[in-house]
Amino acid sequence: MKPYLLLALLYLALLPGEVAAQNRYFTKTGYIWFFSSAPMEDIEAHNKKVVSFIDFATGEMAFSVPMREFSFRKSLMQQHFNENFVESDKYPKATFSGKFNNPQQVDLTKDALYKVQVEGELTIHGVEKKVSAPGTLEVKNGKVLGKSEFVVAPADFDITIPLLVREHIAKKVTVYVDLLYQPYPGDNP
Amino acid sequence: MTKHLKYLLFSLYMVLLPPALQAQDDLLSLAEAADSSDTGKVTGAFKATRLVNGHSVETNGQQELLFLISHRFGTLNSGAYNLFGLDQATIRLALEYGITDRLTAGIGRSSLEKTYDGFLKYKLLQQRQGAVPVTLTLFSSAAINTLRNENPERDVPFSSRLAYTSQLLVARKFNERLSLQLAPSWVHRNRVATRQDENEVFAVGAGGRFKLTKRVSFNAEYYYVLPGETADDYINSLSLGFDIETGGHVFQLIFTNAQGMVEKFFIPQNTGVWSDGDIYFGFNISRVFSLKKEKDLKNEKAW
Repeated sequence: MKPYLLLALLYLALLPGEVAAQNRYFTKTGYIWFFSSAPMEDIEAHNKKVVSFIDFATGEMAFSVPMREFSFRKSLMQQHFNENFVESDKYPKATFSGKFNNPQQVDLTKDALYKVQVEGELTIHGVEKKVSAPGTLEVKNGKVLGKSEFVVAPADFDITIPLLVREHIAKKVTVYVDLLYQPYPGDNP
Repeated sequence: MTKHLKYLLFSLYMVLLPPALQAQDDLLSLAEAADSSDTGKVTGAFKATRLVNGHSVETNGQQELLFLISHRFGTLNSGAYNLFGLDQATIRLALEYGITDRLTAGIGRSSLEKTYDGFLKYKLLQQRQGAVPVTLTLFSSAAINTLRNENPERDVPFSSRLAYTSQLLVARKFNERLSLQLAPSWVHRNRVATRQDENEVFAVGAGGRFKLTKRVSFNAEYYYVLPGETADDYINSLSLGFDIETGGHVFQLIFTNAQGMVEKFFIPQNTGVWSDGDIYFGFNISRVFSLKKEKDLKNEKAW
């Protein structure tokens, strides 16, 4: 056991100081829902299994969104979503990788609300696209509440909507993001 | 693993682990690794709760009410006088409700022999990538013939009007297009038409679907009645169909040699011969109504 400990200590000693500091936060129960309003019907789906990481030192953010976890009001809609539109068998996850613009302004020790602009690559249905969206980060009791709202066009991600259901699905879908970040325990072993 | 090897691996791991953990890609791979959601579930083996005549492994979603209208015209060989069967029709109306995502209860009423039927369907196993190879659903139903007794000489006790069916539905979605299903079935009829008929009938159903496009699939289904189980003049049912999916419902076009739409009819007592043109054209249309409240949907999965 000893050599391991020794090595581990050595390794920790060699690590740069900023990793040891608590600046990475995460959630595995992030909430994303989307809403599509079309002449025939409104469609909404909710997903509370979103994984997200945020690094307050650099402003980097990452999202992993399991597509099968979107729950719709009608199971047939859910089936259409998974089978025909986003093809969850082939592309089980949507991801986002990017940055918010003002990490140096965010003070994690004080409760406050910060307006942020997030920019990065959103990948849905295997198609990567640059996106930019406004949001807020609210520091509260050592946790961080992240919120955002933006618009996605299915066509931008090669999601074609057949003529038959065109009246049911909007060309623009509003996506709502609601996350409660906690300090990432991986940083404090 | 020996101690030395462990030690070596550990050292190697420590050396190779870059201190720059904060790289953007790492944050994303960290996120993807932490994602423990169930993505291996294989859903949508079939589009509808019916393969053609018989049930498929699919159950309704929770709190969903499915209204099913099934229709079979007369036989195609009945000639131009009957517009190839279109003049005649048998119909079955049914409601199916998802008590949970796995348990469905249904009731139906067929014009054939004025039959009422009720069933329960329970999805025991769900196919999962690399873990569970098949979806397995148990099906059990009872049907009651409610025709008036027109012959006062003959007593028809209530029990003799009953028939029961139990099925084990096993299906596997092989790929996006192909799903196959096997259905060992047991039908018990309290009273049968002739002495040669058996009360107990064992049969094996086999069928599948092949998706032609994203919204249209070709389906086939065959019920093989084990020899000696029923009178010899009955014929195994063979049904072909197309599933067409439109926005809110699934439309099934059907060609079959079975007129009935309840198991006790189409498994043991078919008389239609395909090669003679005793083919019934028909359709199933299902419409789903969600009785879920918006509020429930939002609160479905807790934080």
